[in-house]
Amino acid sequence: MTHFPAGRPSSRDGLPEGSEEIMKTDEKIPKELTRAQFLKLGGAGLAAIAAGGLAQRALAKENPGQKATRRQWAMVIDLTRCIGCEACTVACQQENNTPPAPHADVGRMRAWNQVIFKEEGETPFAKIKYHPRPCFHCEHPSCVKVCPVGATYRDEKRGIVLVDYARCIGCRYCAANCPYGARYFNWSKPEWSKNRGNASNPGVPMRPKGVIEKCTFCIQRIRAAEERAAREGREIRDGEVVPACNQTCMGRARFFGDLNDPNSQVSKLIRSGRAYRLAEHYGNEPNVYYLAEVRP
Amino acid sequence: MIAIQEKLLKPIAGASKGYRTAVTLLALVALWGLFAWIYQITRGLGVTGMNKPVLWGIYMVNFIFFVGVAHAGALVSAVLRLSRAEWRRPFTRLAEAVTVFSLPFAALSIFADLGRPDRFFHLVLFPRLNSPILWDVMAVTLYFLSSLLFFYYGLIPDIALCRGQFPSATGLRGWFYRKFARTWRGTPEETHRLNRITGGFSVWLVILVVAVSTVVSWVFGLSYKPGWHTAIFGPYFITGALFSGVAVITLVAAAARRSFGLGEVIKPVHFDNLGKLLLTLGLVLFYLTVAEYVTTFYGAQPEHMAVLSARVGGQFAPLFWSMIVLCFVIPLPMLFRKKTRTVRNMVIASVMIVIGMWIERFIIMIPPQTLMPLPYPLGHYTPTWVEWSITAAFLATFTLLLLGFTRIFPIVSVWELKEGKTEAPAEVQKRVAAYQPEV
Repeated sequence: MTHFPAGRPSSRDGLPEGSEEIMKTDEKIPKELTRAQFLKLGGAGLAAIAAGGLAQRALAKENPGQKATRRQWAMVIDLTRCIGCEACTVACQQENNTPPAPHADVGRMRAWNQVIFKEEGETPFAKIKYHPRPCFHCEHPSCVKVCPVGATYRDEKRGIVLVDYARCIGCRYCAANCPYGARYFNWSKPEWSKNRGNASNPGVPMRPKGVIEKCTFCIQRIRAAEERAAREGREIRDGEVVPACNQTCMGRARFFGDLNDPNSQVSKLIRSGRAYRLAEHYGNEPNVYYLAEVRP
Repeated sequence: MIAIQEKLLKPIAGASKGYRTAVTLLALVALWGLFAWIYQITRGLGVTGMNKPVLWGIYMVNFIFFVGVAHAGALVSAVLRLSRAEWRRPFTRLAEAVTVFSLPFAALSIFADLGRPDRFFHLVLFPRLNSPILWDVMAVTLYFLSSLLFFYYGLIPDIALCRGQFPSATGLRGWFYRKFARTWRGTPEETHRLNRITGGFSVWLVILVVAVSTVVSWVFGLSYKPGWHTAIFGPYFITGALFSGVAVITLVAAAARRSFGLGEVIKPVHFDNLGKLLLTLGLVLFYLTVAEYVTTFYGAQPEHMAVLSARVGGQFAPLFWSMIVLCFVIPLPMLFRKKTRTVRNMVIASVMIVIGMWIERFIIMIPPQTLMPLPYPLGHYTPTWVEWSITAAFLATFTLLLLGFTRIFPIVSVWELKEGKTEAPAEVQKRVAAYQPEV
């Protein structure tokens, strides 16, 4: 049985009323983006549509409402400070309403931020190494490349990869093509324990069964910061956006900010010389950096 | 000729008891599968054995398998037609039927695999040309429409024949005969034009077979995944597709021969030729398998080696070696000698090859998914009863369609057989004469 917080009757797909609307209107992939990609592919015979798309794009450029600072949100995780407590995983599940896997089914577990444990060295000198893994929000995401309906896309304004839950057809190609295993599928309707009560976060939509979901860099918090800054007529300050995993990290190992700002904390950290990214040979160019562990 | 024609049209006149039993049993399997599918749609894909990291299970295996089976029609009908192989005549119809009836199940397999089948139309509304899945959808659709037309053109003279032979046919069947025979009268001019059309279509189908198989393989080949990411997948899929497809045709031909008493039409020599075709395809497939595995083994890149050892010596070893035995070790020696290429042996070999090739598709699909580049625990996958039920239902419905087809149309092309007897000898003689030196 699906349980939702009281006062919010569930609609189609077991979603709270109105979440389909949120998903439809919000973060929709701009049409001219797909059309530009048609062009990139040299889609002959689509010249007319492409021309229309270019015109739209030109119009969009002149529209002052669209003129926003392009940001590249990025995360830095300092492995010297990480103790592998997995509090980030729990905080993420709380914040983003990821239901627990039914029947303790490990293969169906959803943890947008999963800590990967790796044993290094031989006994008695073996050591466990932790890599907390959110979605890497890659520069060249291999998931976006294979989506047949454009349901997953890169939000170029913010530099993050998102999923349009209302468009996803659930083919799972993106998940199969993510080298980092950052994507999760809704195998069934979300199921909550009855004790959970009103604990879900109203700011994050529930995902219906049959679609893909993953870490959004807490897009709801980014958006809140954007709105706050716009209201106050200023730019977002460095350190103003704090994703749930960062907020809860007791070792203060995680940092979040804009890589397009050379003076932001994350920019400084990735210049430190300790910074590296996971499995770089796939050419995905992740936007999550690790700071190599320094052993005392 | 008249006697043969009567024999070929006999199944249309009335159904035997065995036919009714078979239809009932198959329909029950299909209904059970339908129930399983409804169960899956209401509960979500959680009722399958798929999980993370094995995100694609036997639905995708079935997809590749049915696409593969569908390729046989194009090979046997189109390639043999283009090469003017006279022995093709008793097979063309059933090869085309196998193609046309198996492709819908390839499409349905994808449909069953989708988390949101209700949003299937998004593929049309929001197509994104970057995705190999979209290429798949387009290629399979195009192939289906093309082979349906090809099939229909070849059927026209026989529909006209049925219209003449069964003037009392009522209901849907009578309507079908009258409607789809068009204005066919069987003049030499019409036959000539029909042969021109099917000839042109054959070229188009051969091109499509290469394209469709390659695109299907690219869903995996273009991914980053070790074990999938290899350039050999295109040719490998084509060969495997034709191999399994010819095996299915052999089975269908043997079944038709036995149940309709067509021993004088589909003769041992025909099976002998199919056997040679199977042998060739089997050897090519074996060569490609060896080429792929030896390359991986000597390159010795850890990620690729992990997949190779999972297949050859790890949790998938029993499946891998049974595939090798079923596809190569037993059938190929059987097909190698003329003495052992009997009809019975051909049926045994074909059953093995069909099962072996399904396992081969499984081996291609699943092991690379169980391994992730990052140190995640190894994945596992066991299909559940829902997946098996839907798979069985697809096979049952595919067979049902073939059975139903034999009740409406002759399973062996009557006009092509006639043509083989009347016009072909002179044509072959002329062709052979043209090869000879002028002096």
